[in-house]
Amino acid sequence: MADHATETPALRVQFDTEAQQKDASSLGMWIFLVTEIMFFGGMFAVYTIYRSWYPDVFAIASSSLNEIIGAVNTGVLLLSSFTMVMAVRAGQLGQQKMIVIFLILTLLFGGIFLGVKAYEWNQKFEEHHIPGQAAFHLAGVLPQEQGHAQLFFSIYFAMTGLHALHMVIGVGILLTLIVQARKGKFSASYYTPVDVAGLYWHFVDIIWIFLFPLLYLIDRHMVK
Amino acid sequence: MITAAAQETENYLNASYGLKSWLLTKDHKRIGLLYLATITLFFFIGGSFATLIRVELLTPQGNLVSSETYNKLFTMHGVAMIFFFLIPSIPAVLGNFLVPLMIGARDLAFPKLNLLSWYLLVIGGAFSLFAMIAGGVDTGWTFYTPYSTTYSNTWVIATALGIFIAGFSSILTGLNFIVTIHTMRAPGMTWFRMPLFVWAHYATSLIQVLGTPVLAVTIVLLFLERVLHLGIFDPARGGDPVLFQHLFWFYSHPAVYIMVLPSMGVVAEVISTFSRKAIFGYRIVAYSSVAIAVLGFLVWGHHLFVSGQSLFAGMVFSFLSYFVAIPSAIKVFNWTATLYKGSITFQTPMLYAFGFIGLFTIGGLTGLFLAALGIDIHVTDTYFVVAHFHYIMVGGALMGYLGGMHFWWPKMTGRMYPEGWARLSALVIFLGFNLTFFPQFILGYLGMPRRYHVYPPEFQVLNVLSTAGASVLAVGYLIPMIYFIWSLRYGKIASANPWGATGLEWKTSSPPPVHNFDEVPVVTHDAYDYASLMAEEVEIG
Repeated sequence: MADHATETPALRVQFDTEAQQKDASSLGMWIFLVTEIMFFGGMFAVYTIYRSWYPDVFAIASSSLNEIIGAVNTGVLLLSSFTMVMAVRAGQLGQQKMIVIFLILTLLFGGIFLGVKAYEWNQKFEEHHIPGQAAFHLAGVLPQEQGHAQLFFSIYFAMTGLHALHMVIGVGILLTLIVQARKGKFSASYYTPVDVAGLYWHFVDIIWIFLFPLLYLIDRHMVK
Repeated sequence: MITAAAQETENYLNASYGLKSWLLTKDHKRIGLLYLATITLFFFIGGSFATLIRVELLTPQGNLVSSETYNKLFTMHGVAMIFFFLIPSIPAVLGNFLVPLMIGARDLAFPKLNLLSWYLLVIGGAFSLFAMIAGGVDTGWTFYTPYSTTYSNTWVIATALGIFIAGFSSILTGLNFIVTIHTMRAPGMTWFRMPLFVWAHYATSLIQVLGTPVLAVTIVLLFLERVLHLGIFDPARGGDPVLFQHLFWFYSHPAVYIMVLPSMGVVAEVISTFSRKAIFGYRIVAYSSVAIAVLGFLVWGHHLFVSGQSLFAGMVFSFLSYFVAIPSAIKVFNWTATLYKGSITFQTPMLYAFGFIGLFTIGGLTGLFLAALGIDIHVTDTYFVVAHFHYIMVGGALMGYLGGMHFWWPKMTGRMYPEGWARLSALVIFLGFNLTFFPQFILGYLGMPRRYHVYPPEFQVLNVLSTAGASVLAVGYLIPMIYFIWSLRYGKIASANPWGATGLEWKTSSPPPVHNFDEVPVVTHDAYDYASLMAEEVEIG
C-alpha cells in the first residue's frame, strides 16, 4: 500500500488501486445524482398533482411564458453539455490545454443560460406574475381561479430557482476545475474530477430538459 | 489519558494529539467518536425536555408550564431526539467506526466527506439549538402546514434549516457507506460473508439516500411558503396541506427504519456472539433488512388515515403496512431460533439484545393495531401512538444502540466497562422503560390525547406511574454515562477479542491502529463461523 502511494500521488491511502478509486468516485457521484432525482422528484410530484387538479389554469399560465426564449436557452444548455463531454474526452486523451478550453466554453454557455433565466425572471416581476403579491393578476383566468394561477408560478419559481441554484453550484465546480486543469493536475490516467463533474453537469441539464416542456409547453397539445 | 496500553502500541487514539488532530481528522474511527460526543449532547438536551414534560404531567391541572411552553417542549424533544440523536446514533457512531473494520477496509471511501458530514450535523445542530435557546418552536416535530407556514410565531425556519442541513449529513453518511460496501471489501469478503451489521447499514443507507432528499425539498417548500409566500400548500390558493403531510411522511416513515435497522444489525452480532452460533437463516435475515428498506417506502400513508386521505388509499396503505411486519418478524424469529441450543452467556450486550427483542416485539405488534384502519381511528393522536413509537425508538433503537456501545466499547477504547454496573443499569433501563411507557398504552386506549398538558383527573394514577418510570429510566441512562467515562482511565485493559467473536473488527488490536489492519485481511469463512472456531478451540484443547 505504501509503495502504491509513492507511485501515484493521486491514489489516496484508503484505496488499493487506481481502478478501485475511480470506481468509488463515479459510484459516489451516481448515488449523489439519485439523491438529486429524489430531491427534484418531490417537486415534480407537487407539479403533477396541481396540474392534474387545475389543467386549464396551468395551460393559460404556461402560455404566458416565452417559449422561444425557453427553447433557445434549452439549446444553449445542450451546447454546454456537448462542450462538457468534450472536456471529459480531452481528459481521457490527456490533452491538458483542451480540457481548459472546453471547461471555459461550458462555463460560458452555463453563464449565458443563467443570464437569460435572470432576464425571464425579471420579466415575471415586471408583469406582476409573482405569487403572494396583492398585484398578482393573470389575464384570461377567472378571479376565483387566480390562486391556482399563483400556484403555477410558485412551482415555476421554485423549480427553475432550484435548477438555477444547481447551475450556480455547477459554475463553482467548473471554476475550481479550470484552476486545477491550468495547473496541470489532470492527465490521461487521472481525470476523475472532470468525469464526475461532467455527470453532475449533465444531470442538471436533464432536469431542465424535463422542466422546459412541463412549464413552457403545457398548452401546445391542448385543443383550442 | 485514554489508555496505558497506548504506551505499548500505536493506535488511532495515540497516533496524534491535540484539538486539531481531532477536528481535522479523516480517520473514520475518530469521526465516529466526534459523532458520539455530539449526539450524546443532544440526547441529554432531548432528555431534559422529556423530563420537563413528564414532571408537568404529574398533575392534571397543567400548573408547571403554560400551554405554549408545553407545545415547545414536546416539539423540541422530538426534534432533538429524532434528527440529532436517533437518526445519526448507530450509523454515524458505530457504523462509522465499524463498517470499514468489518469489511476489512482501511477507511471509508470518502474520508473528507465523512468529516464534512460531521460538521454538517454540528452546524445543523447549532441552528436548531439556537432556535431552542432563542425561544423554541411549537409546531410539533412534524411541522404540519398551515400552522408551520402561516400561524406559528416561533422559530420554525431556524429549526427547519437545522434539520435541512443535518439531512445532508445523513445523506453523505449513507452515500459513503454504500460506496464503501460496494468497492472496498477485503479479498474473500463476498456479499454473503458480510456481517449482518453491515447488511443492516447497507439497507439503512439506501433509505438515507432515497428518503432524506424528499425531506429536504419539503423543507425548502416550507421555507418558500413561510418566507417568500409562495403558498405551495396554501388552501386559500387551491394548494393542499395534506400534500405536505404526504411529502413529510414519505421521508419520516422510512426514517423510523433508519433508526431501527442499524439496531437490528447490532442485535444480530450480539445474539450470535453470546450464543456461540451462526445466525439462523443468515441470508434471509440479510434480505429482510433490504426488504424492510424497500417496503418502508410504501407505507407512509398510514400516518394520514384521518387526514382526509381517500378511504381507498387508506386501505392500500393499511394493507402494505402489514407487509412490513413480515421481514421484521423474520428477524425476531431467526434471532430466537439462533438461541436454540446455543451456549448462551448473559453479558451486558446480550441483556440489551434480549431487551430489544421483547420491546421491539411489543412495539411492532402495537404497530399492527395502528395499521388497522378501525383501531387507528379510535387511538389516533392518543398516548397509544406515543407508547407504540417509543417502544420502537427507545425500546428498539436505543436499546440496540446501548447494547452496541457496550459490545464495541473495548474495541473503541481499549478498555472494558465494569460488567456488574453495566448489567445493573441494563436492568434499571429495562424496568424504567416499561414503567414509563406501558401505562401510556392504557392511557391512550382510554382516550388520553397526546400533546395536551391538561388532562382529566382520572388519568392521574397512570401518569404518575409513567413519570416514576421516567425517573428510573433517567438513572438508568446516567449510570453508563458515568462508568463509560470512568472506564477510560480505570477500566480493565481489553484484549483484541474479549468476546471471542468472529468478525474482522476483532482480528485487529483494541483500539485498532490508524489504518485498521497491519496487513490486509483475507476472508476465508462465512460470517459467524462459530462452528469451526469452536472446533479449533477443541483441537487446541
